[in-house]
Amino acid sequence: MEATKYVLEMKHICKSFPGVKALDDASLTVRAGTVHALMGENGAGKSTLMKCAFGLYQPDEGEIRIDGNVVSLPTPKSAMLQGISMIHQELNPIMTRNVMENIWVGRVPYKKVAGVHWADDRKMFQDTQKLFEDLGIHIDPKEKVSNLSVSHCQLLEIARAVSYGAKVIIMDEPTSSLTETESELLFAIIKKLTAQGVAIIYISHKIEEVLDITDEVTVLRDGQLVGNWPTKELDMDSIVSKMVGRDMTNRFPKPEHTPGEVFLEVSHLTSAVPHSFTDISFALHRGEILGIGGLVGAQRTELMESIFGLRPIASGTVRIDGEEVKIGSPQEAIRHKIALLTEERRVTGIIPMLSVGENIVLANQTANHKRYTGGTGFLNYAARTEDAQKYVESLSIKTPGLKTQIQYLSGGNQQKALLGRWMLLEPDILIMDEPTRGIDVGAKYEIYCLMEEMVQNGKCVIMISSEMPELMGMSDRIMVMCEGHLSGILNRDEVSDERIMYLASTYEKGESEYATEKR
Amino acid sequence: MQLKNGKIKDFMMNYALYLIMLLIVIIIAIISPKFISIRVFRDILTQSSTRMLVALGCMFIIVSGSADLSGGRVVGLAAVVSGSLAQQAAYANKFWPEMGELPVIVPVLASVLVGLLVGACNGYAVAKLKVPAFLATLGMQMIAYGVNCLYFNKAPNNSQPLGGYQEAFGNLGTGQIMGIPILVIIALALCAIVWIIQTRTCLGREIFAVGGNANAAKVSGINVFKILMITYMLAGALYGFAGCLEAARTGSATSSYGLSYELDAIASCIVGGCSASGGIGSVPGVIAGVLIFNIINYGLTFIGLSSYWQFVVKGLIIIIAVAIDVRKYAGKN
Repeated sequence: MEATKYVLEMKHICKSFPGVKALDDASLTVRAGTVHALMGENGAGKSTLMKCAFGLYQPDEGEIRIDGNVVSLPTPKSAMLQGISMIHQELNPIMTRNVMENIWVGRVPYKKVAGVHWADDRKMFQDTQKLFEDLGIHIDPKEKVSNLSVSHCQLLEIARAVSYGAKVIIMDEPTSSLTETESELLFAIIKKLTAQGVAIIYISHKIEEVLDITDEVTVLRDGQLVGNWPTKELDMDSIVSKMVGRDMTNRFPKPEHTPGEVFLEVSHLTSAVPHSFTDISFALHRGEILGIGGLVGAQRTELMESIFGLRPIASGTVRIDGEEVKIGSPQEAIRHKIALLTEERRVTGIIPMLSVGENIVLANQTANHKRYTGGTGFLNYAARTEDAQKYVESLSIKTPGLKTQIQYLSGGNQQKALLGRWMLLEPDILIMDEPTRGIDVGAKYEIYCLMEEMVQNGKCVIMISSEMPELMGMSDRIMVMCEGHLSGILNRDEVSDERIMYLASTYEKGESEYATEKR
Repeated sequence: MQLKNGKIKDFMMNYALYLIMLLIVIIIAIISPKFISIRVFRDILTQSSTRMLVALGCMFIIVSGSADLSGGRVVGLAAVVSGSLAQQAAYANKFWPEMGELPVIVPVLASVLVGLLVGACNGYAVAKLKVPAFLATLGMQMIAYGVNCLYFNKAPNNSQPLGGYQEAFGNLGTGQIMGIPILVIIALALCAIVWIIQTRTCLGREIFAVGGNANAAKVSGINVFKILMITYMLAGALYGFAGCLEAARTGSATSSYGLSYELDAIASCIVGGCSASGGIGSVPGVIAGVLIFNIINYGLTFIGLSSYWQFVVKGLIIIIAVAIDVRKYAGKN
């Protein structure tokens, strides 16, 4: 496609959040009538950059030009009026209204009868029909949105963007919840749009897709621009290495483990929730840290929460130490000595207004009443204090005291207190979901050391992590998931950034040359 | 340094309402100095006793992060049920004409059972059927009232106020031991029991955890359904017992007993420092909350102010209390 005019230029964009520099001199220039892929690992700054383009965030530095003119985009509405629309990964239509009302919401055409303004349903219907015809979308404008599939909701959003006269449409992982046929339909519509001169910014982790449908690729890493290339100069491997290419630093206690016999064995586990994970099999050995890699939407958290009894399982088996177990609730998981340090510390971890001590003993107090009541039914506060104090000391949790409300502690110390909560149960299997997200380097190292200690004592650890250095630095083996499928398990000696990224973006097991059978 | 400033601010926020109460007492005492007397003190305590039980039940619910609007109507239902079972054999207008005199324990247990039953329904609707607590208990409030009216209207009673209780039953509400009303003793005993449950048992701590963050409690292996069921049933039992005592105290019972007690109870809890968003609350706070409202009630009547003013003052206090509560906890998360 021979389009030379830049419709959107974002230059030297910087954006900081408390404690994080999300964008550090990132740039993106998009030509009219092209599909432009924006790529990078989780946390590379893709979403932040796009939110700046869509007026959701204000960049700290840098300029944004549309058609060569510097613009300011204080709100999404102003972005839309200036020709930039965004199709979010999670769609949010007004479920209870029909298709056309969703498209024209906020701009419903009116007619004046007897001095009163009435919504002009007929005009709205005709306009919608024309819009759909132009795009080749076959949806009844009067259908209720709650009856539409995800794919149709997405088309509705695209039509809405077009109705605003969009020059640039940002699509964030548009195919993540679509079937193959639905994706084809989306690609056909993307072709139509580009033929009309609309530019598409396409964010996707599926590299094959990017190679197929895009014209140019811009890669971000750690909030910085790596570069931009015509897609035809790239292939799978070159994209992956551009996304990953970063130095590994020695921030991990070097694990040298000799894993023992199989302790946890998961076979053909399939979620009862549609579009979650299917047919996952893996084994976890005593004295082993199993890392779990994958991109957003890989269903890693869902898999672990299902093993822990928080989510329903449709089929498959879980064996612990050779014995098949059925775990339908966290209570049962805890009884089988499994612990789960969840990803969302605030949502499913801390009880904010309760004290640090209370938070630490919480799980053990429920699981082992007797430890604290001595069988009398009444709590013995001394035992509680003793246990909580033990972990405050051994994990060096910085707190003014055991009675301080946990919400006043820093993120890292909250996380350590939650680890204490689980360690008190003396688990055989510790599952950690993004254990070091958003905490400082010192606390990170302490958490790594604790994982090491568990493993040295013959326990097992499963660690979901989206931080590549951490995943590679700590894991004995890495299981990589993609879109709810197991795409491969890598042994320590075959691990590399590229392989993990490759597996994380391809789930057809047959196609993946790196996929290895479990040991 | 910052922490210290925070503490002073917390202190001010925690005690603002007590200062207001003190102010009201002083104003009332200036207008009518007789207000400061043993008799008034005892009257206020006696009147507070049944309210105290309802508020204790409510505190369990609020601490568990839930809500309960059914309390008042459960008091009414339990009052009528226990009253109908506590009548003297010789009384002319008996609710159950064929029935002889029952041991006093029967009406007492019946009232508690009624409360437990309503509480179980509330708990099931909230914890299992996931009906928002506000609506589930609003529904139960109506059901309890409807059932009460149906029962109360049964021939030959036909909605006539109950009376003619056995002396032992009446004594529960009006008797004294060494000059201390039995009602006050019962209320204090229950305060102590609830305080022990709350601070000294796993159940009590688990209620706090569920109220503080139900998701986190669930992940930590707490059976949230079980805890909510028990919480609602405990609350129901307290409401039921309060109804029985209310019948005994007044020597009567009608289906309109207990009207809006739940609102006073919720207000007392909030004023007494329970967080409307759950996870925070203590028995001493609730005792203070109940006393504040009863002092206002009694005091305003004492100086001859129209009882309608009580509503205005109570309403203001609730709004101020919640506004302070929101500021107390919102900033911290």
